[in-house]
Amino acid sequence: MSTTRFTLVCVLVGLVVYIFGHLLGIGYLFFAGYTILQFIVLASAWNILGGYCGYVNFGSAAFFALGAYSTVFFYKFHQLPIPILIVIGAVVSGIVGFGMGYLTLRLRGAFFAIATLAMAVVLQTLVVNWSYVGGSRGAYIVRADTIEIGGYAIEYIEYLFLLMMAVAILSIVISRTIARTQLGFGFATIRDDELAAEASGVPTLRLKLIATTISGALMGMAGAPFPYYIGYLQPASAFGLEYGVNSIAMPIIGGTTSWVGPLIGAILLGSLQQIATVTISSAVNLLIVGLLLVAFVVIAPNGLIGLIHERLRGRRSSK
Amino acid sequence: MSPLLHVSKISKRFGGFVALDGIELEVQQGERVGLIGPNGSGKSTLVNCICGALQNEQGSVHFDGHAVDGLAAHERTHRGLARSFQLPRPFVSLNLADNLRVPMLYTVHKRSGPLHGDSVDARCVELLRLVGLDHKARHMPRDLTQVEMRKLELARAVAAEPKLLIADESMAGLSHSEIEDILTLLKQLNERGITIILIEHIMSAVMSFSQRLVVLVSGKKIADGKPEDVVRNPDVVRAYLGQ
Repeated sequence: MSTTRFTLVCVLVGLVVYIFGHLLGIGYLFFAGYTILQFIVLASAWNILGGYCGYVNFGSAAFFALGAYSTVFFYKFHQLPIPILIVIGAVVSGIVGFGMGYLTLRLRGAFFAIATLAMAVVLQTLVVNWSYVGGSRGAYIVRADTIEIGGYAIEYIEYLFLLMMAVAILSIVISRTIARTQLGFGFATIRDDELAAEASGVPTLRLKLIATTISGALMGMAGAPFPYYIGYLQPASAFGLEYGVNSIAMPIIGGTTSWVGPLIGAILLGSLQQIATVTISSAVNLLIVGLLLVAFVVIAPNGLIGLIHERLRGRRSSK
Repeated sequence: MSPLLHVSKISKRFGGFVALDGIELEVQQGERVGLIGPNGSGKSTLVNCICGALQNEQGSVHFDGHAVDGLAAHERTHRGLARSFQLPRPFVSLNLADNLRVPMLYTVHKRSGPLHGDSVDARCVELLRLVGLDHKARHMPRDLTQVEMRKLELARAVAAEPKLLIADESMAGLSHSEIEDILTLLKQLNERGITIILIEHIMSAVMSFSQRLVVLVSGKKIADGKPEDVVRNPDVVRAYLGQ
């Protein structure tokens, strides 16, 4: 399927989901749906660097928070429409992603992962000490109850849901397009064997910089509308452990070698977490993630997609 | 005629250990050169310095009339310098055809302009046929035998359309008939105009393949000449058999 047709299908599915939710008239569905979409973006973005290139990034929360704090900055400096804030979040996090890539990509394996974690700690310390964006006490964002789009007033949460739906579709389309192009082949060779990749003419350092920039930019886009969603942003929530852990767990559970894995992982894990939040407690969210992660690492190290592929291969060879 | 490869007095140390000590080497266009030496003599380090995987501390490497010192490994590949590895390093998540597609997309594409999808596919099939793996084009590297893995390694290096191919111990661990397969393949590649440096421990293979033999011992070049002369060189005999 061509990229244009795939994008149209995604938009159509998104609209059907929105109309269905709108007809049900339950505001919480959009509230929960926004979180799941946000995790689809984070998981897809993480997977571009972590899954396609094999570079594990523990600092997802930092890129997400950069997007969120860019919004807080402009909320105080000069208020802008959220779509523009999403673009700004992408630019800021993309630049930081590029910088992080430049400084750390000669590191590999655990050393790279630790460096990304350290970057998140440094950025959180900077934000905690930057009083203009609220510092450690946090910042309030006041939003309207409704917003008018094309002469039609909708709930603000529905507006945020639609925006995050657009960002999620963009991240899925980017992720799928990369996997099918020369860039995707290059990323796969970096994951498999960097020395052999260089010997085959793949400019590994340049490709890794592209991966960190795209991945960081998408994470920033996920974070930009977050202050409007949550209403009160503090460093502990923006740099929360759940973003870093979920960004890694969702692609691993779904499968890291294709764009479908993070999507499935995010929908599955995000939905489970929302159900757990309503029926048990939000405190068990990370427990669910941890248990599933351990289970998948043991039972299906290549994720759900890998498990399905293995079953299909087994069935084919037994025929 | 200026040589295709000119290695001029290159040296490389690892801490206190001198891996290469002022090595001089010239390889002419179309030549088949054998590079031998005992374990630890510096053969692989020399290859790594020529191909850009390691940076030499002294001396210079000229390829096709240009200095390539300071260029990254992928840039040297773009200029026509390809290598195969001592232990095959296939891209394990890509099938055989896609393993060959990578150097075509990143090297040939870069050098000769955009390649049409169909021409890339046709070239992949042609190369896989050359090494006898065309029936496994959609297989993954894990499905291959040892000799097939080494053929894939050579095919991937050739897919970059190199002027010079450095084959690093392509026959290690293979049976006599498998060695013959690889030798035939290397000679075919040479007939297509690819200059080849063969690094090998199997002397019968090196002797039958090489037009010229270079011997390294303890990071120094101790002999360079016709194979039949080099194997009678007292220094070479001493290096291999002892005093």
